Amino acid sequence: MKNRLLWPILALIALLLLNLVVTPSFFALRIQDGHLYGGLVDVLKNGAPTLLIAIGMTLVIATRGIDLSVGAVAAIAAAVTCVHIGTSPDVGTALAGMAIALVLCAVLGLWNGFLVAGLGIQPIIATLVLMTAGRGIAMLVTEGQIITVNNDAYRQVGAGFVVLPVSILISLAVLGLVALTTRKTALGMLIEAVGVNPEASRLAGVRSRTIIWTVYVFAAVCAGIAGLMISSNVSAADANSNGLWIEMDAILAVVIGGTSLAGGRYSLTGTLLGSLIIQTLTTTVYTIGVAAEVTLVFKAVVVITVCLIQSPKARAALSFRKVAVS
Amino acid sequence: MTALTTRLPARFLPVLATVVLFVLTFGAGSIRYDGFASGQVIANLFIDNAFLIVLAAGMTFVILSGGIDLSVGSVVALSTMVTAAGLRAGWPVPLVIIAVLLIGSTLGLVMGVVIHKFDIQPFIVTLAGMFLARGLCFLISVESVSIKDTTFRDVATAVIELPGGVTITYNVVIALVVVLVALYVLHRTRFGRTVYAVGGNEQSALLMGLPTARTKVGVYVISGFCSALGGLLFSLYMLSGYGLHAVGMELDAIAAVVIGGTLLAGGLGYVLGSLAGVLVLGTIQTLISFQGTLSSWWTKIVIGALLLVFIAVQRGMIRGRRRQGAIAS
Repeated sequence: MKNRLLWPILALIALLLLNLVVTPSFFALRIQDGHLYGGLVDVLKNGAPTLLIAIGMTLVIATRGIDLSVGAVAAIAAAVTCVHIGTSPDVGTALAGMAIALVLCAVLGLWNGFLVAGLGIQPIIATLVLMTAGRGIAMLVTEGQIITVNNDAYRQVGAGFVVLPVSILISLAVLGLVALTTRKTALGMLIEAVGVNPEASRLAGVRSRTIIWTVYVFAAVCAGIAGLMISSNVSAADANSNGLWIEMDAILAVVIGGTSLAGGRYSLTGTLLGSLIIQTLTTTVYTIGVAAEVTLVFKAVVVITVCLIQSPKARAALSFRKVAVS
Repeated sequence: MTALTTRLPARFLPVLATVVLFVLTFGAGSIRYDGFASGQVIANLFIDNAFLIVLAAGMTFVILSGGIDLSVGSVVALSTMVTAAGLRAGWPVPLVIIAVLLIGSTLGLVMGVVIHKFDIQPFIVTLAGMFLARGLCFLISVESVSIKDTTFRDVATAVIELPGGVTITYNVVIALVVVLVALYVLHRTRFGRTVYAVGGNEQSALLMGLPTARTKVGVYVISGFCSALGGLLFSLYMLSGYGLHAVGMELDAIAAVVIGGTLLAGGLGYVLGSLAGVLVLGTIQTLISFQGTLSSWWTKIVIGALLLVFIAVQRGMIRGRRRQGAIAS
């Protein structure tokens, strides 16, 4: 376990040090109006939605699945909430809107779970359906417009502060909750068992299907909350750009954290580190002054490196060379 | 004999279903809207989707072999960018074309080698390829670069007159040639047969002594080449290079192949099916634009629904095949 997390930790430290060299004030924290500000806080705040989606994705990947629809689900959640709030400044309307959105997300998760566990369709393809149709649905809800709202209660979710940004507190709370429920009960083991061999787990008395449904619903609800954060941060819902490519970032975070795409084992700490690495990488590219879009090249390099490190074949080739040299 | 007659159509059933679907959607359009059932509307289907036809042909190889290529949309964008930037820098057109095709094929080759040599899932490797290609676009230029080269513009605007006053562009000719070549390679060459064999069962193919390694890498080179060619057609169509061109086009290509009846697990499917799949997607778009009041986002929802139906049918077919196999053994 320690060994697996060593590389992500080193990578994160290296990135942070690089930031320190480029901008010496990076680690400076200051308190203003009871809010904590600083480079590190920014990283946490911007990384909160990705972290949240990555937590859901970790559990899905642990069952040997994958959920490509999270970005679209995030867009739907944002669209539904903002359309419900409309011009109302009420706290109640905001809460009701968010509740409706999250229930809808749970239904979308049920749908993914039905395709994967009920019909037995490959997860990549099953969730591809919602990934394609989902943005269309979000556009339908917003009627193709960017919906702006002016609601203080809603703004709290993504832009609010309770010493730390509210969004990161939500993400960390979910992380803690998931860690407790999966690691202090047998749930985590059952999820891993399903990932290793669903059929064998079923024969051993594990309710494989129920577990698969549950993780997809959970992933969709996480995506919904992340969608709320993203749209609340700018007080607007844009069906085209909300959560675009966030599924890729989340999968990346999970993979960097050492969770194997083949299923069967997962690391929540790893996912936390992975999300932080991705967000720090993005921030670093900004601070170095390279065009933001070029981050994609760095991400590509990171994905391939991490996958090669994880691949047994690549490891074998490397160790073979070492032996040959010595 | 009865077994033979019932089994032969079963293989073609998904493709037939797609062709019937195309005829139905197009027929529905012709009945509802005046001027829909004209030769030019059909020609426009090809003109507006020429690049997608080329992408879908390449994607068919990859999916038939049991893999997937998520990088095609980004490679299209990279190709438009290289084309635009190359022409702006004053490169001659042939050099630009060769450079674009080389870049696409090389990217495919690298991804194929990584997938095969290190046994990493195609999904994640081509995802990295997707990031890389988009990032490279923005390294060249963050802004959209328009193409002003006169030779290139002449080719783009040139039309071929067909009998009946219907006109098509050179893009259509290139796309159809690609489909014909793909048909030939898949059904008349050793490589094509091996693609089907690898998709059906890689282990068996390996034990039969087929060159699985070369084939598995080869399909990604083909897909990379087709993406680059599709990118060239897209540059002719848009007359600009931009890093945000063709966002999500990989999904359209995959959807076309799936709707065209190719089994996502690999081993079963036809290039002509993918062509029909692209035409179905194109017809839906045309229908929605003819309708006028329906918004364009309905296209996405309809494509999603179609994907779902075809995947469900595929599941049924696989189960049916297994049951048949169980009885036979």
